[in-house]
Amino acid sequence: MVETRQESVNTLDMSETPPPTVTVNRPPSGIELPDVGALWRDRELFYFLAWRDVRVRYKQTALGAAWAVLQPVITMLIFTFVFGRVAGLAPEGVPYSIFVYTALVPWTFFSTAITQAAQSLVLQERILTRVHFPRILIPMAAIAAVLVDLAVTLPVLGVLLVVHGIAPGWAIVTLPLFVLLVVLAASAVGLWLGAINVRYRDVRYVTPFLVQLWFFITPIVYSADVVPSRWRILLELNPLVAVVDGFRWAVLDADAPGRSLIVAVVVVAVGLTAALFHFRRLEATFADEV
Amino acid sequence: MTRSDLDLTGDWAIRLDRVGKRYALGEREQYLALRDVIASAAGRLRPSQLRRRNGPTESGRPHRWALENVSFDVAPGEVVGLVGRNGAGKSTLLRLVSSITRPTAGSVAVRGRVGTLLEVGSGFHPELTGTENIFLNGAILGMRREEIRRNFDEIVEFSGVAEHLGTPVKRYSTGMYMRLAFAVAAHLDTEVLLVDEVLAVGDAEFQRKCIGRMRELADSQGRTVVFVSHNDAAIRQLCSRSVWLRDGSVAGDGPTDDVLPAYLEEQFSQSRLGGWIDVSDAARTGSGEARFTSVRLDVPGRSDARTVRPGEPLRVTVRVHADHDVACGNVSFHLATLGGMKLVSGGTGPDDPEFTLPAGETEFEIEVEALALNPGRYTGSFWLARPTGARRKFGLYDHVEAVIDVVVATPGGDDAEDALVATRSTLRLPSAVSTRLPSVPSNED
Repeated sequence: MVETRQESVNTLDMSETPPPTVTVNRPPSGIELPDVGALWRDRELFYFLAWRDVRVRYKQTALGAAWAVLQPVITMLIFTFVFGRVAGLAPEGVPYSIFVYTALVPWTFFSTAITQAAQSLVLQERILTRVHFPRILIPMAAIAAVLVDLAVTLPVLGVLLVVHGIAPGWAIVTLPLFVLLVVLAASAVGLWLGAINVRYRDVRYVTPFLVQLWFFITPIVYSADVVPSRWRILLELNPLVAVVDGFRWAVLDADAPGRSLIVAVVVVAVGLTAALFHFRRLEATFADEV
Repeated sequence: MTRSDLDLTGDWAIRLDRVGKRYALGEREQYLALRDVIASAAGRLRPSQLRRRNGPTESGRPHRWALENVSFDVAPGEVVGLVGRNGAGKSTLLRLVSSITRPTAGSVAVRGRVGTLLEVGSGFHPELTGTENIFLNGAILGMRREEIRRNFDEIVEFSGVAEHLGTPVKRYSTGMYMRLAFAVAAHLDTEVLLVDEVLAVGDAEFQRKCIGRMRELADSQGRTVVFVSHNDAAIRQLCSRSVWLRDGSVAGDGPTDDVLPAYLEEQFSQSRLGGWIDVSDAARTGSGEARFTSVRLDVPGRSDARTVRPGEPLRVTVRVHADHDVACGNVSFHLATLGGMKLVSGGTGPDDPEFTLPAGETEFEIEVEALALNPGRYTGSFWLARPTGARRKFGLYDHVEAVIDVVVATPGGDDAEDALVATRSTLRLPSAVSTRLPSVPSNED
């Protein structure tokens, strides 16, 4: 494995400069530990990569970062028009538009993040084959860049609440936890897709279908309550259910997520760990296969 | 492989210990799709369709050892030149030393931080401005933000693009782009620096500047440099020691003055004209429905010629094998510099009428009236494509790149030293020179 360590030098002049680290590059063997620490160790590079993605994303678009807002807002308007009148989709007391938008905020982040992360490594082919740094920075930076969009769409939610005269309850303080949950969920999916895409470009074509399917198994245009209770546990295996429930709880004072949250935490923890190991294993051959 | 068998003692900056690197063929050349995996699984049942060339691995996929059993040390502060023809494993070796890729066997140890300069401008983003790219590229190459800030003025000055720092680099000329990119990389402050053929690009002034900077870097105390180049003069100038790779193994290692001439002599002797050269096992791209099997170069009317001279005619004969009748629009050969810059081509082009290549063997003869190249060493590539092949990648049947060496000797000369006389230009215009007295202006008033 590629390992780095301080070398113990027992010569006489160990005077000022510390002994340089020795890096050993060996054939991949067995199971290697994921290099999550790189996100902190190489935080400057991580920051630069994310910053670049943010800078580049809306370059040469007439509306620029406004797209981050327009996307979910327009989607909200369409859904409100199409589904708003359908009985039973929205709970009592909350305007359907807000109900949908609250779910669209984490959903838009999630779908964009996994799409970007899936493409990230392939788009960086030149860097992958010519410079060495921890590869995990690339998909994670792509996801971090999408967080900036979230920082734009969330305040819009605040504006909508004010317009409709809705005041969130105390649960609003839990919102960051649900943001964290959706970031971790997106990381798990993004790392899987990104790593597989290096070898099988089919991922590019599969991702849109995956996103579409995922949209329908997430209670965005409907409330999870409409699902018969014996099917609920199956639905809750999708961690986005807890994320959306959590957002609606924190912002709209809907029912607190219970079992769905526990299931989601377990699913994300297992999924992310597996994704990190999977990424680590495939990472060894990125430069040879991209 | 156990950890204990790598000896870390001694005074070295880079240590390669029985390093091997195997590539599955086609791995770096085309994307894998699930479709291909299914096809290759099916192919195992019909071995004639796939797996027709190159030995299969134990896992059934054809492979190639890019490096095999390579061992040597580089001492701290040493500047080592790495020479060898295309495909000898030079770039792979640099990738292993920098940990970009992992070895298949053996191990590589490096003491200190490694800076890689495998390509000028990797990590540059066209949409970002000059300033932004300095910081981004610096970070990607491994510089800390503080380091970049400290070197910023020096980088800008070296690049000479100070007035354009606020402009997206996509609006830069190629020259400006290269200068800025090299400037960033040239300020990498690492103990070990790996440089691959960056000097092959850019104008003479830029190359001179690069070599000067390389000299500075090499001279600065304690820095270890491994330098890959086809520029013999640069290697002679910069490197006291050279390592020569041939087909993935070390063929020579010692003072540059010993290794380089030996390498050049061998290249020369292998480029003999007038014999069939088997290319059926060469690394290639394309569908393979029709493919080159062997090629041959002659100078018409001079059957004993070992080298071709500038302006002489050249006959290129290629043998092609087609699995079935295929529509063909383009069969051609290309000559390129050792650095990979394509110079001239001959054969049919996209505008020529298409023809049908029958199943089985076909021989083509391409006659070049006069070879427009100055003395030097070149590589030859061959290209076979569908009528639309020039523009569309999937129209390609076969492309074998840099598969033969071609030495163009000085007029009248026919030996290695003559061929290696460095000329200032590569292309030679067919031209005639005559003398006459200058016409005297009439002094009639």
